[in-house]
Amino acid sequence: MKFSEEFETRFAEMVPHYPTKRSALVPTLLYAQDEIGFLSDEVIAEIASRLDLTELEVRNVISYYSMLTTKPRGKFNVQVCTNISCMVRGGEELLQHCAKKLGIGHKQTTPDGLFTLEEVECIGACSWAPAAQVNYDFHENLTAEKMDRILDEYRKTGTQ
Amino acid sequence: MADLVFHPDEVKVVSRRFGLGATNIDRYVELDGYKAVQKALAMEPDAIIAEVKNSGLRGRGGAGFSTGMKWSFVPKQSAKPKYVLCNGDESEPGTCKDRLIFEHDPHSVIEGVMIGALAVGAKSGYIYIRGEYRYLSIIMQKAIRDAYAKGFVGKNIFGSGRDLDIYWHGGAGAYEVGEESALMESLEGKRGIPRIRPPFPAVVGLWGGPTVINNAETLANVPHIILGGADWFAKLGTPKNGGTRLFCLSGNIAKPGVYELPMGYNLRKMIYDVGGGIPNGRELKAVVPGGASCPCLTADEIDVAMDFDSVQKAGSMLGSGGVVVVDDAQCIVKFALRTMKFYQHESCGWCIPCREGTDWLKKTLIRFHAGGGVKKDIDNMQYLAENMLGRTFCPLGDAAAMPTIAFVKKFRKEFEEHLEGRPCPFEKENAAEPVLA
Repeated sequence: MKFSEEFETRFAEMVPHYPTKRSALVPTLLYAQDEIGFLSDEVIAEIASRLDLTELEVRNVISYYSMLTTKPRGKFNVQVCTNISCMVRGGEELLQHCAKKLGIGHKQTTPDGLFTLEEVECIGACSWAPAAQVNYDFHENLTAEKMDRILDEYRKTGTQ
Repeated sequence: MADLVFHPDEVKVVSRRFGLGATNIDRYVELDGYKAVQKALAMEPDAIIAEVKNSGLRGRGGAGFSTGMKWSFVPKQSAKPKYVLCNGDESEPGTCKDRLIFEHDPHSVIEGVMIGALAVGAKSGYIYIRGEYRYLSIIMQKAIRDAYAKGFVGKNIFGSGRDLDIYWHGGAGAYEVGEESALMESLEGKRGIPRIRPPFPAVVGLWGGPTVINNAETLANVPHIILGGADWFAKLGTPKNGGTRLFCLSGNIAKPGVYELPMGYNLRKMIYDVGGGIPNGRELKAVVPGGASCPCLTADEIDVAMDFDSVQKAGSMLGSGGVVVVDDAQCIVKFALRTMKFYQHESCGWCIPCREGTDWLKKTLIRFHAGGGVKKDIDNMQYLAENMLGRTFCPLGDAAAMPTIAFVKKFRKEFEEHLEGRPCPFEKENAAEPVLA
């Protein structure tokens, strides 16, 4: 199991910040997932051994956090917020629009592996609603047209 | 990233450096940065705590507990190391203020953590930022590195002979982790399940050591209090409610945004003057005054001073400062359903009243909104929610129950309009079906 140099530097820097190794688990899992795309059996085994945990203990933590996944996702994870502030400004319609445009539903991935669609809970963009996150990028004050342009842009970078 | 807004009634304390490039450490120092921590280094710990107590600063995360009081609960002597933990797991629906603090003024949070650490005798502080806020984690990590490079943090800070370390920590998506004991579990690398209290974190917290946990906005206020003085800060607000508040206006409002207004600012004025009122010729129906967990206020109940005590007297809570405005085109049953769907999704499942209660309420509300409701459901929902109150280890159960009770009580007629298979009277043509994961 090989991670990037950047991951290794970050991991080496992070672990001594805590009195127990295990404390580095959650951010480490997220960084590993960013790199590999999802938390594969191999990744789980590797992180478990590094932090002196059992694989079961790691899986137990993974299943709690909504951003962590043991299943592959598309290159771009389109996360549309439909919580209250977004809902009253058209968040649900925006989600439906994305579903139609991408031809997929909640937590599904397009056949080309480019996009995964996800309905998410509040992402902290309430005053700029409706909002979505594509991977870690915030997109705010959205309309269907604006969303189309954003998705087209990602499609372009993703197929280059 | 997120747009800034301005209004003449604003009083800028926490947002003073927004838009001024204060993520740069030299710029932050130019703007009086790291002066407060130097002042605090020359103060006795008890004097720092007294100053914060007298300022009337209360927890900005939602509970509104006196910050100085919280700090005073930490024992002076402790065999285990003490810690300060900044809660930046902002996820209460309607709340987007800590995001701006991290984006524009990360050093103010670092400085607040440092002053808190000096006050309680801690040698390390952790700043926990939710996983979705990756760009803010990057900003914060750089700010911490810069502070170390300048010698402001680390060994022998400002030549005082004292050591103080500040670390960043990241989450991975969980509302529940915003609750203080679940936050500690998460930082220790576990599922974010609340701890049984007592013992309280001030006595037994992170890795068993005494721990102070404060919201990011609370801590960002601290340097201003140390520099400006408790009296100045207290006078900005109302009695026992010192300072200002970052209010996040969202929903059906003409000028949404995060505005810093004095504690006790009138809610009607906030909606109609600051926020520009309700757009599209619509009327106000309800306001959620402090994030999704706070009972809604109806259009007749908005002449209220927005401080902790006044909003509580009005039957709700000031909460986390998320003011969600709902116009008369919105269906309250649908709104209640979406709120409950959130709590059901976020319930960690440990306490049965919360786990089963949120699920049952969500299912009832889905059926009810779809026209499958019977009259008895209305009383049942209220009864069930009332029986969740105070019966869980953490406040998530209450957070789910309280808004539900208010929706049913205050908008009973609207619930009744959904009975007998009638279609939702507010449903727009070709309305989107909720996915309801």
